Amino acid sequence: MTKTNLTRRSFLRASALAGGGFMLGLYPKAVEILAQRQQVPLTPTDFVSIAANGTVSIVSRNPETGQHSLNMLAMLVADELDVDWKNVKIIRPDADTKYGPQFTGGSTATPTNWEPMRQMGAASRHMLIAAAAQTWGVAASECSTTPGRVLHTASKRSATYGELAAKAVAMPVPDVKTLKLKDPKDYKIIGTTTHDVENKDIVTGKPLFGIDVTVPGMLYAVFHKTPVPGGKVVSANLDAIKAMKGVKAAFVVEGRPRPSSFPNFLNDDPGLESGVAIVATSWWGAKSAREKLEVKWDEGKWATANSVDIAKKADELSKQPAGRTLRKDGDVEAAFKRSDVKVVESAYVFPFISHAPLEPMNCTAHFKDGKLEIWSTSQTPQIGKTIVSRVMGMPEKDITVHMIRGGGGFGRRLYNEYMCEAAVISKTVGAPVKLLWTREDDMQHDYYRSGGFQYLKAAVDSAGKVVGWHNHFVGYGEGQTFTHAGEVNGNEFPSRFIPNFQLDASVMPLGIKTGALRAPRSNVYAWVYQSFLDELAHAAGKDPVQFRLELLAAGPPAGTQGVMNAQRMIDVVKLVAEKSGWGKQKFPQGRALGIGFHFSHLGYFAEVADVTVTTVADKKKIKVNKVWVAGDIGSQVINLGASENLTQGAIVDGMSEMLQEITLKNGRVVQENYHQHPLVKMSQTPPIEVHWIKSNNSPTGLGEPALPPILPAIANAVFTATGERIRTMPMTKQGFSFA
Amino acid sequence: MIKLKVNGAQRQFDGDPEMPLLWYLRDEINLKGTKFGCGMSLCGACTVHLNGQPIRSCSTPVSAAANKSVTTIEGISPDGSHPVQVAWQDLDVPQCGYCQAGQIMSACALLAKNPKPTDADIDSAMNGNLCRCGTYLRVRAAIHKASELTASNNTPKAASSAKGDRK
Repeated sequence: MTKTNLTRRSFLRASALAGGGFMLGLYPKAVEILAQRQQVPLTPTDFVSIAANGTVSIVSRNPETGQHSLNMLAMLVADELDVDWKNVKIIRPDADTKYGPQFTGGSTATPTNWEPMRQMGAASRHMLIAAAAQTWGVAASECSTTPGRVLHTASKRSATYGELAAKAVAMPVPDVKTLKLKDPKDYKIIGTTTHDVENKDIVTGKPLFGIDVTVPGMLYAVFHKTPVPGGKVVSANLDAIKAMKGVKAAFVVEGRPRPSSFPNFLNDDPGLESGVAIVATSWWGAKSAREKLEVKWDEGKWATANSVDIAKKADELSKQPAGRTLRKDGDVEAAFKRSDVKVVESAYVFPFISHAPLEPMNCTAHFKDGKLEIWSTSQTPQIGKTIVSRVMGMPEKDITVHMIRGGGGFGRRLYNEYMCEAAVISKTVGAPVKLLWTREDDMQHDYYRSGGFQYLKAAVDSAGKVVGWHNHFVGYGEGQTFTHAGEVNGNEFPSRFIPNFQLDASVMPLGIKTGALRAPRSNVYAWVYQSFLDELAHAAGKDPVQFRLELLAAGPPAGTQGVMNAQRMIDVVKLVAEKSGWGKQKFPQGRALGIGFHFSHLGYFAEVADVTVTTVADKKKIKVNKVWVAGDIGSQVINLGASENLTQGAIVDGMSEMLQEITLKNGRVVQENYHQHPLVKMSQTPPIEVHWIKSNNSPTGLGEPALPPILPAIANAVFTATGERIRTMPMTKQGFSFA
Repeated sequence: MIKLKVNGAQRQFDGDPEMPLLWYLRDEINLKGTKFGCGMSLCGACTVHLNGQPIRSCSTPVSAAANKSVTTIEGISPDGSHPVQVAWQDLDVPQCGYCQAGQIMSACALLAKNPKPTDADIDSAMNGNLCRCGTYLRVRAAIHKASELTASNNTPKAASSAKGDRK
């Protein structure tokens, strides 16, 4: 690699490609401003390369678990570079901080990459034009491009990018601040549908996923972990297991204590629970041996935890003064005492639920001669590397992490304990090992979406205005600390839209781990807040859409720090009302529309559900006839087809969450498999119409924000159809299920 | 010694006859396309054809395939040209893609016996195939499209290969 034209102002760097090509690199430092991780070395990294034959290779740096990030990132580069999509080759790199953030979570791929990836493409195009202009002795301003080719129309000359690549390397790298990006009306790739680069491999069954990784000499492992968090192996019949056919090793893995009672598991994962690893020549052999495994556990302090006691404790806490007050605006008590208000009180209860991606957690690791190689489906491979380094006591530079497509993430693969387990097992047996969890392992050792209890009280005045709102949230944690991804936040809607507002919180201890599930917190708080708002609308005798529009209109002005833009939400609410024909139809008994909206991950979504509820022998069956979605994720929907797919999937996912729960008994998770933690099926999936508002805002992510409103949209429709309010999830506790 | 045919090739296996067919396919003969999701016939990710009938290979011992013919995702076409595979790509069905081999195998089996299925036929045939990403609308649309592709004979080998590996 040769260094040319390195300037301090620029974060781009060009270098020659073997065989006469062109490579453009990105200094991660510049994009690091947007990332969580720091201390990134200032080494240039190749993102764009153009071969002499014109093929453009683009590094898509993010892990792929089904959000189509591989395509999306490359589309941004390719459009600005002006190249035919069919000539683009997408490169999946290893996990390395030199690429800047490689993080699939929080719907961050779009906002983090929108600017730098387009700049990368535009800078490459700029240098190719400069090379052509110099060759022809004309001004660069007289040149233009068509896909893959620079033109000088006046002299009717043209050259392909491949022909110009070697020379382009020597051109000055433009300063990104002065770089002119395309007018959006000229986009040829952004805003279209591109076929996912791995679709053909998927439909032909090529080895693509973590579970498919094969390494020469590889052995297979299962890991039987303490059923109660923090428990320890006292003894196990290891000799009997080792004597079984095909078994190569069976040993106890010591657990590592948590750094604190409620660590942020993303960065502070202890890495390992205590358990027994069994390694065999086949996975089936290892799993069969596990069935004969007898372990005596010291189950530790969480062995008596159970869900019934937790619910009782929450009820007690709700009647006591709150542990603390997170936000207090005005005087809610005074508002409740006013003579001209109606006061509504409700308690909403929601369970822990599991991520349950279809590909169970797995990881292949090979420890050899002090170096470690890992093949992982992690959504946070760089963080995983750090945690593995800590657990293994080896420097990160000796660890290579290959990013492998994951069979669903939903937040589960943000956490990396399976990487640690595989690494320890490989080192112990001195061979490459594929660790694969069973579905039962996966469901019983998750970082669960936190459950909780919200005790709400609000007042509406005679004009239908919400004048007071009090929420006593009872969740999990210790002292001032909430369990990971299980907190409430005083900045969240409807705070600042209601003059007298108070958010209190109390916490109780918890042994199991919690974590971020797709649209963390929002995936259930939207149901709580939008259902309760619906109760208030009905108490006020107002149409639920009109009531919401009035509430939104009374909010703080746009641009208020930390508050959603009310106008953007008003716009999606109006659009979804219009598209669904809200208020225009008379439905028969048992059928109704319901609405919900929610702002999360910078996205604005409002959704309407059309449901019919029929009751047969105490079973209340909800048929969701249709769903309308209106979303505003900024000025561009980058990959149109993939975005529709992802949004429809979010609706299905949200419906499934209305049926799911994880409960504890004797410190253990009760549910083991999909029959106890169901997913919505094809026959239950409604038609889902997706509409976009392209607002004048920088594009933001889509992995998460479309999900939260569907739960209240359905629950609110059910209320209008039946008069019964769903205040407990899973809704099966109130006798509801999907037809 | 168990003798069976996998994607047209004769095979022999002298290991544990109780090993589920899924693990025989994946780890003994390295056909990784068939996926493990639940191990209890709950999700359908492991669907393959046994003598043309869709079965859940995670809960079917390899001994049950003795002297029978197994077709996996790798066996429905050499190059992704089966109309179901074509339709899946045209409509960009996958999100994560993990369940799709099972979905495709169930779809092929459906179309082999019912070349023009209604929505209700599709739902009934596909309800055992879970998709955690929620791609059901596209799965259903792709099955209709594959049905059309086969009918219009766009791909000459469609008619025969859509019948799977029936004897």
